[in-house]
Amino acid sequence: MQAPNTYRRMVWHHFRKRHLALLGLWVALMFFFLALFAPLLANNRALVLRFHGKWTWPVWSHEEGIGYQTWKELREQMGPGDFAWWPPIPYSPTEINLLENLEPPSRRHWLGTDDNGRDVLARMIYGARISLSVGFVAVGIALIIGIVVGALAGYFGGWIDHLISRLIEIFLTIPTFFLIITIVAFLPPSIYNIMVVIGLTGWTGAARFVRAEFLKLKELDFILASRALGASHGRIIFLQMLPNAMAPVLVSAVFGIAGAILTESSLSFLGFGVPPPTPSWGDILSQSRDYIEFAWWLTTFPGLAIFLSITSYNLVGEGLRDAMDPKLFH
Amino acid sequence: MKAYLIKRLLQIIPTLLGITSITFLIIQLAPGNPAMLKLQMATQGQVTDTGLSQQIIEQTKKLYGLDKPLPVQYLLWVKRVLTFDFGTSYKDHRKVWDKIAERLPVTLQLNVIALFLIYLISIPCGIYSATHSNTVTDRLLTLFFFVLYSLPSFWIAVLLIMLLGGGDFWDVFPVYGISSIGAENWCFLPWLTDRVWHLILPVICLTYGGLAYLSRLARAEMLEVIREDYIRTARAKGLKERVVIFKHAFRNALLPIVTLLAFLLPALFGGSVIIESIFSIPGMGQLSFEAVLSRDYPVIMAIATISALLTLVGLLLSDILYAALDPRIKLE
Repeated sequence: MQAPNTYRRMVWHHFRKRHLALLGLWVALMFFFLALFAPLLANNRALVLRFHGKWTWPVWSHEEGIGYQTWKELREQMGPGDFAWWPPIPYSPTEINLLENLEPPSRRHWLGTDDNGRDVLARMIYGARISLSVGFVAVGIALIIGIVVGALAGYFGGWIDHLISRLIEIFLTIPTFFLIITIVAFLPPSIYNIMVVIGLTGWTGAARFVRAEFLKLKELDFILASRALGASHGRIIFLQMLPNAMAPVLVSAVFGIAGAILTESSLSFLGFGVPPPTPSWGDILSQSRDYIEFAWWLTTFPGLAIFLSITSYNLVGEGLRDAMDPKLFH
Repeated sequence: MKAYLIKRLLQIIPTLLGITSITFLIIQLAPGNPAMLKLQMATQGQVTDTGLSQQIIEQTKKLYGLDKPLPVQYLLWVKRVLTFDFGTSYKDHRKVWDKIAERLPVTLQLNVIALFLIYLISIPCGIYSATHSNTVTDRLLTLFFFVLYSLPSFWIAVLLIMLLGGGDFWDVFPVYGISSIGAENWCFLPWLTDRVWHLILPVICLTYGGLAYLSRLARAEMLEVIREDYIRTARAKGLKERVVIFKHAFRNALLPIVTLLAFLLPALFGGSVIIESIFSIPGMGQLSFEAVLSRDYPVIMAIATISALLTLVGLLLSDILYAALDPRIKLE
């Protein structure tokens, strides 16, 4: 086998040798596709419908049905010659059916129903959207702040570094989860608030790594050469130093996604998550507490989803860390 | 050493001021104010006369000093805290210290037991894994602790309640509070059994995460130490394997593990909001949660300040411990 010739290939070469890390990557990708294609996987609208000789695409339409009949009514009135291709889970996450509430897993509802008769699997598939978007956006916000702050401290040094280091120390010492609850508890419930709050409190890791890398990098000759050629500060920071400082930041970002997913589900569990009826894993788990004596399916499955997604990102993070450089973090 | 200590202790002051001012700013700027909340609670949202309710809100604000500008409020707060006075709770007008004194023993009880178990179990596991590295047992243990580490504690808590808390499955443990009703009048032994019975599930939830983390750390540290030259020397001298492992390797691997203890100070004090609220345990976590929900500024500020102070002291303590245990490290 040909030796890997670029850094990226080398990392991938080492990464793919770790079975658990690869498994984590597959699970993470699976959740990603579940979230991406949620409307095609779980919906009470058919993907393709032929009704009285007319073809429609209910999934893509904004209408509630044809004429006076809703999609659900059409479903019951299908005659010979009509055809419908339903998603694998023919329920929408917010579709209430009080006749079928709190049903254990069955062939109709693979993972059972909740107290409003909503299909748990459908809600969990849409819940993946909340978890993943909070994870990625919150970490994105944290990365942007952390990179800028860390780069300023490491590059300019002096009093700027001193000030920023103090600020980092302060943020490291603040009881973060307590602070997040304090803020989120009284903001109007919204997924965006949660993203921003997690992002604003989680930037210290990235800042510390970038700062440490920049302190090392700025002594190197190629930076001196750029400066001698008249490159601006911005150019040196973002085009020359940053690409060389990204490795540890990326690893901490992957762990950060796992952390953000955990924080979001904890907040939803405490009742500060996305507003109802939007489904989220922590929220389903929180509702399960009212029926904890018997509704094992409400307790087990959403928790399993949280656990699997956190584990997958942790596995990817560990694999990436070891693959990038075994000595990087020790 | 003395100069270093003084310098570090002095550094705590600006950091603490920074932390408290940021926290102060955040809780004051976050929407929802205690005066409004109090009015709503008192009248259960029945007030229709907006002029009157506005007047009541203004009066309440004045009573709590919330009508002054923020910097003035903050300085007044600092002035009071300098005499270790965190004021009185907005909620029930009791002294914040009294409220904390009431809740702290419960949280300490839980967390000290959890911490003890964490160290008791994780260190032997870590050493075993490291000395038997790459055997089947080591791999299973490593995988087990990895899985344990990623399990969200609130999920484990509800699963345990579902399985063992008297639902459709088994009825083994109580799931509410830390003792049965009227237990304070019982004799010592039944009281103790009852207490232990109540603490088992929450302690499990508080223990396993730290257990997994520390076992992984202990294994990694041991593995690193075992590869050192002085271990090879010890073996070459013909020392027994037991002596090599426990006397030469373990003591050195212990360093980061002992210093970690210092970081656990604030957690010991603060308790777990989630676990305490799931099991309805009247500890610090629940106190903070209630304080947040009712916008009880003095209580929130007191908890944030004390845990920040404990974190800073913990950091200093871990540095000192490190220097005391490792003669190569000199504090300048």
